[in-house]
Amino acid sequence: MLIITCPWCGQRDQSEFTAHGEAHVARPEHPEQLTESQWGDYVFFRSNPKGVHHERWVHTHGCRRWFNVVRDTVTDHIFATYRPGERKPEIKG
Amino acid sequence: MERYSIFSLARNAISHHRGWQRAWRSPDPQKTYDVVIIGGGGHGLATAYYLARECDAGRVAVLEKGWLGGGNTGRNTTIVRSNYLWDESAGIYEHAMKLWEKLSADLNYNVMFSQRGLLHLAHSVHDMQEIGRRGSAIYLNGIDSEFLTPGQVREMVPFINLDCRYPVMGALLQRRGGTARHDAVAWGYARAADNLGVDIIQNCEVTGFRIEDNTVTGIETTRGLIGARKVGCVVAGHCSQLAELAGFRLPIESFPLQALVSEPVKPVLDCVVMSGSVHAYISQSDKGELVIGAGSDGYNSYSQRGGFDIIEETVGPVIELYPVFSRLKMLRHWAGIVDVTVDRSPIISRTPVKNLFFNCGWGTGGFKATPGSGHVFAHSIARGEMHPIAEPFSINRFNTGALIDEGAAAAVAH
Ligand SMILES: Cc1cc2nc3c(=O)[nH]c(=O)nc-3n(C[C@H](O)[C@H](O)[C@H](O)COP(=O)(O)OP(=O)(O)OC[C@H]3O[C@@H](n4cnc5c(N)ncnc54)[C@H](O)[C@@H]3O)c2cc1C
Ligand SMILES: [Zn+2]
Repeated sequence: MLIITCPWCGQRDQSEFTAHGEAHVARPEHPEQLTESQWGDYVFFRSNPKGVHHERWVHTHGCRRWFNVVRDTVTDHIFATYRPGERKPEIKG
Repeated sequence: MERYSIFSLARNAISHHRGWQRAWRSPDPQKTYDVVIIGGGGHGLATAYYLARECDAGRVAVLEKGWLGGGNTGRNTTIVRSNYLWDESAGIYEHAMKLWEKLSADLNYNVMFSQRGLLHLAHSVHDMQEIGRRGSAIYLNGIDSEFLTPGQVREMVPFINLDCRYPVMGALLQRRGGTARHDAVAWGYARAADNLGVDIIQNCEVTGFRIEDNTVTGIETTRGLIGARKVGCVVAGHCSQLAELAGFRLPIESFPLQALVSEPVKPVLDCVVMSGSVHAYISQSDKGELVIGAGSDGYNSYSQRGGFDIIEETVGPVIELYPVFSRLKMLRHWAGIVDVTVDRSPIISRTPVKNLFFNCGWGTGGFKATPGSGHVFAHSIARGEMHPIAEPFSINRFNTGALIDEGAAAAVAH
């Protein structure tokens, strides 16, 4: 089990949180102009890296707020957690 | 190839089993092949076998970065069934089931396929509605499917605790479902493919693609450059990495999925019991171990280890449903990295690169499809045109919206 630092509540067990996949997948600016194919890319296609992954988590059984985590998907080591809207930390895997 | 039979067994017994041939060669890679299959799991090896046997595909090689069956093929809980909701799924999983039914004879290798019957337990009104809908759809597709009352479940599993925290309200039974020996499937296909001239090359990791004019022409590997007219990529949890090397992305994320086995005991459970809503799958191997399948982790990872909490969440319902197992010791535990699509259906498809085909996205439940997947993939690669059973599983469905939503249908799909 991972120990995750919620940017608002501090260190907690992973069982308090839920993961919601890749972060920084921006919603298209003009959704009405998107083709089905572009929608598909936005909704379903992911980078799924073996290494550094920026991802979204929710502190479901805590403050219920969303935040981002940078984790190595090979070791599960967490490099950093940060609030939405904060700059994406540059981490080299 | 030395044929396996009661006579070869007797002959080799006389020489104290020292005279057995190696089951397959270990050749050095040639400079170029007509078809190269990347990934020596069950699906890749089956593809190579059917390419050589049915497709007149020329020179075929399988490249495996580790050892044969060392991926999810050798890590799964070996449940085989074909009772899926949608017609497309019925098409491929039942195609596989028919091949399973004669596989040992076909390969001259005992894959220990055992149609011991498979139960899906329903623990809630919602579960009852789900098996009702799915069971009827399956039946209409001509696949065996029966509803059981709790009393009938008890007849099959006398020690089950029907009235517990997860009350058993009914079950769906596929009598033709069961298990097979996972390693034997990889080894049987490898031996039969090798016998037909396929080069099986282990310890050979693919590190890049040679692509000219948007057409694949070769593969970079840890054992040098290998030319290829066509390439089939069947690497399960690592498909996103291979796609990235070829310059595109997949609608897939990779997760650890865990399983564990108990100490061996005398025969006690002679069918497979699955319980999707509490994530506990259980069967007994021929060695006597209870084989328990768990849920996958909630976050993507390649750690091939999985979280402890998942084990606890799995073992809890198991001992609630089967109190007799509560004092068994667990002997081994492991994880595999499964390649999960949003609709929980596989991808068998052309790709943006010409002559490069992908077969992936089998996620938590592809072992059962091994023969069917290999068969339709081989024909698709050889013809350059997707086999009708494979056609709906194109990667394009994520852009057209024609998803095959087994995730919503069955919650989990082992
Ligand atoms: C714990 C667990 C339980 C499961 N239970 C069931 C079940 O009960 N029933 C069921 O139907 N399914 C089950 N599954 C799913 C099933 O195991 C898989 O869907 C199936 O085995 C996939 O087979 P494959 O041949 O595609 O992949 P794999 O067997 O994983 O083979 C892929 C191969 O590709 C190789 N490879 C990767 N990258 C490279 C590279 N760069 N170069 C060369 N080779 C490479 C890997 O080493 C690997 O050997 C389970 C999975 C797990 C992990
Ligand atoms: Zn919090």
